[in-house]
Amino acid sequence: MTERRTVEVGALARVEGEGALHLTVEDGAVTEVRLEIYEPPRFFEAFLRGRAATELPDLVARICGICPVAYQMSAVHALESIFEVEPEPAVRALRRLYYAGEWMESHLLHMVFLAAPDYLGLDDAFEVARQHRAEVERCLGLRALGNRIVALLGGRPVNPVGVKVGGFTRAPRPEALAPLADPLRRARGDAEALLHWIESLGVPERPIEQELVALRHASEYPMNEGRIVSTRGLDLATPDFDEHFVEEQVPHSTALQCRVRERGPYAVGPLARVHLNADRLEPAARAAYDRLAPRFAATDPYAGVFARGIEVIEAVEVALSVVEDYEEPRDPDGPAWEPRAGVGWGATEAPRGLLVIRVETDERGDVEEIRIVPPTSQNQARIEQDLRELAPELLSGSDDNARRRCETAIRNYDPCISCSTHFLRLEIERR
Amino acid sequence: MTAFATAPKLKLAVFKFASCDGCQLQLLNLEHELLPLAGRIEIAHFLEASSRVEPGPYDLSLVEGSVATPADAARIRRIREESKVLVSIGACATAGGIQALRNRADVEDWKQRVYPHPEWLSVLPTSTPIADHVKVDHELHGCPINPLQVRRVLLRALLGTTPDLPSGSVCHECKRAGRVCVLVARGAPCLGPVTRAGCGALCPSLARDCYGCFGPLDDPNPPSLAGRLAELGLGPRDVERRFRGITGYAPAFRALADRIAEERSAEETGGSADD
Repeated sequence: MTERRTVEVGALARVEGEGALHLTVEDGAVTEVRLEIYEPPRFFEAFLRGRAATELPDLVARICGICPVAYQMSAVHALESIFEVEPEPAVRALRRLYYAGEWMESHLLHMVFLAAPDYLGLDDAFEVARQHRAEVERCLGLRALGNRIVALLGGRPVNPVGVKVGGFTRAPRPEALAPLADPLRRARGDAEALLHWIESLGVPERPIEQELVALRHASEYPMNEGRIVSTRGLDLATPDFDEHFVEEQVPHSTALQCRVRERGPYAVGPLARVHLNADRLEPAARAAYDRLAPRFAATDPYAGVFARGIEVIEAVEVALSVVEDYEEPRDPDGPAWEPRAGVGWGATEAPRGLLVIRVETDERGDVEEIRIVPPTSQNQARIEQDLRELAPELLSGSDDNARRRCETAIRNYDPCISCSTHFLRLEIERR
Repeated sequence: MTAFATAPKLKLAVFKFASCDGCQLQLLNLEHELLPLAGRIEIAHFLEASSRVEPGPYDLSLVEGSVATPADAARIRRIREESKVLVSIGACATAGGIQALRNRADVEDWKQRVYPHPEWLSVLPTSTPIADHVKVDHELHGCPINPLQVRRVLLRALLGTTPDLPSGSVCHECKRAGRVCVLVARGAPCLGPVTRAGCGALCPSLARDCYGCFGPLDDPNPPSLAGRLAELGLGPRDVERRFRGITGYAPAFRALADRIAEERSAEETGGSADD
């Protein structure tokens, strides 16, 4: 006799954007996994055509309210490669500071507001706060600091405004950055304490093997620059992306899935970055990694929340070193450049992982074509595979338990469904 | 104006339509005020933050995003029925958002450009503000909304009164802050004179021009500003793009941009290019 069960999650909560999950299990095997996305398409790749290159940082920020810095950074790097603009070292340092602020804001949102309720069997961080007020306050304090960093450079944490090709519209005076130093020194201890607390919550384990992809930089933990590498030997420059990765539709299910051409699904994000760049971590973050090393022996997606915790410490350290060594850019506006026709690639590490943007401009410097490959569309195939592998265990428990476990598995990747563009194609495929 | 219902514990719902999630995030960005506020409010529906979903009716519904699919056009009507007070939050909800750029385009063509199977897409040809579909009690402008404004709405709702929101232009805020005018001093194409206050003159504070993300103020004069931008050296195409931005579908900005587009197309037919 066939035992058939269907798990439906009508509206995924505690993810960014709108999605639903449909999973069918027959005889202990998953016959269907559908991560349905009903986030309405916004057509960024269409309406950005014909816009001026100089408008891109403001416009792509609107793809995602949680990681606008990431879209600005990938876009600006793509444009700088077309216009042959090399930002001065002080601008480069400020961009790391800017990114560090966003990592803090986004990772802390995930760790305490989106993920922690799962480990405690609660509905939200407000309930968590009833039992663990100090930890939620600690998270809010660290998030506020991350937001303050982004706002210092871009005016506000959501859709900040100061980024431009070659630099920033205004660089902070040293006396404006200096007051960040003490809060950042205190933040290190708070970030460590918060990670210890997450460790104490009984995060599930699932030591599987999967291919992880991230940037790798010659000397730094990767944010804005580096080659694209993987745990299975990929090592390429960003413009070679299409030689090794393919976005394809799969007949059995919903997804336009990004895959490694030779092999299949892969994951990007903090877990991938930590696996591929542990030797580049600052000492305090490295110490946390060493303590958690057993959780990183396999490429366990549930260890993603620890990777986020380690990266919060890393972001605090990076921010502190930029603040301590800060010298005001000579020319924050960046060097003069002339619009020209060309093709540029930008790849930076969004909080959720590798974010690739390819831009083609015409001789006036207007956007002719743009392609945006957000981290969540890259993780999509991997999320579905995790759910498929999880399914046999779901048969024994209640539907409610199955739903919760599926949601937790999805949340490992902190999916950001609002990150429009490619990811939206899923919605279609299920019909 | 509808007075907020007075209730011992305000039942709050937050809904998302086509958007980036950034305005909802501004609620969570209330930071240390968040927990005290959460203690006074019943968060009955807020999917980004909570798995707990309570059915309506709701005392106060905050709606983020624009209406861009047939399903959403039906959903907003149901939400209106369940909401005593409905406040649209952010540029998508109040002006259709950046995605309203499709409203002048051939959406069929766009679908084909972005999607391999456009025939499976269920989207409306337009992205429109919430107020085009249902009665809206208040609008919070901005891309994103200012967290201090959303706090004011929540606090006033708790008091059972209506929020007073800033009017006037970005220029007013900029002058009050004593900033150097980027338009006058540097010739930057600033939209501050026609843009609603509320951001604290953010862009000029970073030495750059405002790009209108809070939308037009109540009684703006875009043609006058467009004339000034032309004097600064912007061609018609650049001026049109300037107004066709984050809040480009707001009537005052749209009317000007459409007029420029018509003039440009008339000129092109006449055989002369503008730039």
